Amino acid sequence: MEEILLNKPGKKIILLGNEAICRGAIESGVDFVSTYPGTPASEIGNVFWRIQKEFKKINPNFHFEFSTNEKVAMEAAAGAAFSGLRSLVAFKHFGMNVASDFLLTLAYSGIKGGMVILVADDPSCWSSAQSEQNTRFYAQMAHLPLLEPSEPQECKDFTKFAFELSEKFKIPVIIRHTTRVSHQSAPVLLGKIERAKKEAKFFKDPQQFSTMPPRVLEMKKELFEKIEKIKEIAEKSKINKIYQGKSSLGIITSGVSFLYAMEALKELNLKLPVLKLGFIYPLPENLIKKFIKKLKKVLIVEELEPYLEREVKILAKDANPKLKIFGKEKEPIEGGRIWKERKAILPAIGELKPEYVLLAIAKFSGKKLKFDFKKHLEKFLKIKVPPRLPIFCPGCPYWFIFSAIKKVVPLENVIFGGEIGCYMMANHPVVKLQDYLYCMGSSAGIAHGISKMAKQKVICFIGDSSFFHAAIPALINAVFNKSNPLIIVFDNQTTAMTGHQPHPGVGKKPEENGVEPIKIEKIVEACGVKNLKVIDQVAQQEEFQKAIKEFLEKDEVSVIVARHPCLFVQKK
Amino acid sequence: MKQKDFNLVIVGVGGQGQITLLRILSESALISGYDFKASELHGLSQRGGSVEVQMRFGPKSSKIFSPLVSQAKADFVLALEMHEALRALYYASQNTQFLINDFLSPIPGQGSLSKPEILKEIKKFTKKIKIIEANQICKEKLGKEVLAGIFLISYSSFKNLIPLKPNSILKAIKKIIPEKYLELNLKAFELAKSF
Repeated sequence: MEEILLNKPGKKIILLGNEAICRGAIESGVDFVSTYPGTPASEIGNVFWRIQKEFKKINPNFHFEFSTNEKVAMEAAAGAAFSGLRSLVAFKHFGMNVASDFLLTLAYSGIKGGMVILVADDPSCWSSAQSEQNTRFYAQMAHLPLLEPSEPQECKDFTKFAFELSEKFKIPVIIRHTTRVSHQSAPVLLGKIERAKKEAKFFKDPQQFSTMPPRVLEMKKELFEKIEKIKEIAEKSKINKIYQGKSSLGIITSGVSFLYAMEALKELNLKLPVLKLGFIYPLPENLIKKFIKKLKKVLIVEELEPYLEREVKILAKDANPKLKIFGKEKEPIEGGRIWKERKAILPAIGELKPEYVLLAIAKFSGKKLKFDFKKHLEKFLKIKVPPRLPIFCPGCPYWFIFSAIKKVVPLENVIFGGEIGCYMMANHPVVKLQDYLYCMGSSAGIAHGISKMAKQKVICFIGDSSFFHAAIPALINAVFNKSNPLIIVFDNQTTAMTGHQPHPGVGKKPEENGVEPIKIEKIVEACGVKNLKVIDQVAQQEEFQKAIKEFLEKDEVSVIVARHPCLFVQKK
Repeated sequence: MKQKDFNLVIVGVGGQGQITLLRILSESALISGYDFKASELHGLSQRGGSVEVQMRFGPKSSKIFSPLVSQAKADFVLALEMHEALRALYYASQNTQFLINDFLSPIPGQGSLSKPEILKEIKKFTKKIKIIEANQICKEKLGKEVLAGIFLISYSSFKNLIPLKPNSILKAIKKIIPEKYLELNLKAFELAKSF
């Protein structure tokens, strides 16, 4: 039996933050889990994919799916929650961008059952090409509760609390964590796995589920009323904690930053009062006011943009106008420069590190550090360690696509559009075939604008999973509005970058109730593309080169599906 | 164990099994009754990138908060590859014990360094360096280089380089390693005992 499914309350097992989220959902009797793979959230889908069969023995109605994209995943999870069930949808921060169109409306209607939205932010972009994001602002914009755990035990506990809160107020609850929480492991105390018998049924109620003026503005009012009530809960909730201290200096913090702050206080032998916030939206404003009332100075320890700092500044105007508030500098600085600048501030770019927080707290409290971190850093930076850039695996079928392009394409005259997936490593100096890179689905969308207006030829790359995720509207647009990019679909029969999850192009295994693969070429054809070829670029190298050459001359959209399985799929 | 946190860093390149080693050490810390936090990074590891994992542990009386080791605060660094040992110097002070696998994986297109060049740099930070040809040893005696990691953490335990007892490492290996690879991994553990 999978350890994560053990129904042994009181037992301690080691869980990664993401696994603890799963366990929290399992203990809450989750019925429906959907996701689109994306690191640092990938393990959540992987765990449920692996245990779904075994979990069905506990909850026969359980359903897990890799949805086609995050918006669809969220809509599906909402549908399950509209039907009275408990659902979890999980993705990385970019997923929230994709799903946001639905999210803001979903907040208005609310749900019937319980729904938790897990978003994994990635400060420092450890596994994120496009941007470093702070999902807290989405909660503020959408008016949805957002909780922030700092360690695996809290990942589990907060998930359970989130389901209860969600069900009580009929509102989706966001749990936002970051890479160092999602990929942090520690012992977690197990609770009981609940097996509530629930029947899924959608009861017609257009008052709740159909938005349109004038009803839509009433719904907004109802949402605000819900948030006011949740604020009352936040004020008293144990999810926020105060660590008493003996000082007129205090610290407000949350998430992984809390761990660094506590470590620094331990190291410096300081007893400063600490307010750890679990509720990030709505904020427990009275609790914060009470905390800052007696302080002379407060340091806000948080990652990325100064979200809490701005809120505390607003609250201090009433509660303690003389309070000095420290946190980020006006001009955001990059983390590594902190030692050099010698300032008691934290970076707004990149993740925090324990030593950044140590230095900030030492400066803030006037404590001298025994160790010269700056000198040590300078000594370290003198070492010239060549970087190990990520590159395609030896024998990767994608190598054959790049070598064919280099043989037959006049590289200087052609623009190469990149996208999110393994093939974005085309920016590596040994490949160097990537002139732009944005989000999933964008390579063809941008290619249309360039080829239409600048009259330059664009070859754009789209992965197979990416194709289903967001590329189809862009392809249709290029056909409908007449431009001529050559689209190469990198079809390696898996979602390789995030750990080889399946996608609609490969169908489902019989044990997952088998579904026939949805053929990319059939979709392309249906979109009105006349120049279309499906070629195994490894087995038919010459034919592949010939096709590129031929399609480069076309005045309309052309598509080559380069289909050869990823090495890791071949091995299975 | 002394009443202090122990800070451990493992570095190497993708495919050397750092995450499995971290899970074994975590399990071993749990068995030993320590409080601990570990940190791993996923994402690009399968693609030849640098992979660094960390663990901090200590007696339950001293609560471990941060999963990350601070700059210059490592007690022990296990480098499964020599270039990567250089990157771990960020965590090194004169008190840091380095255990280095005598193995160089070239860095394509970026200019690799030689073993003496690398050791010269490490010695500027610490004199506590042990180098073992673990890849070579595991290939010769067990037929598989990838066992070097298990061999080296077992060695660290037998030689008291880390405050985790061999028995707890053994139990953890049995729990974490899948059945079909277990026998070979246990051989790597035994090999370290006699080394």
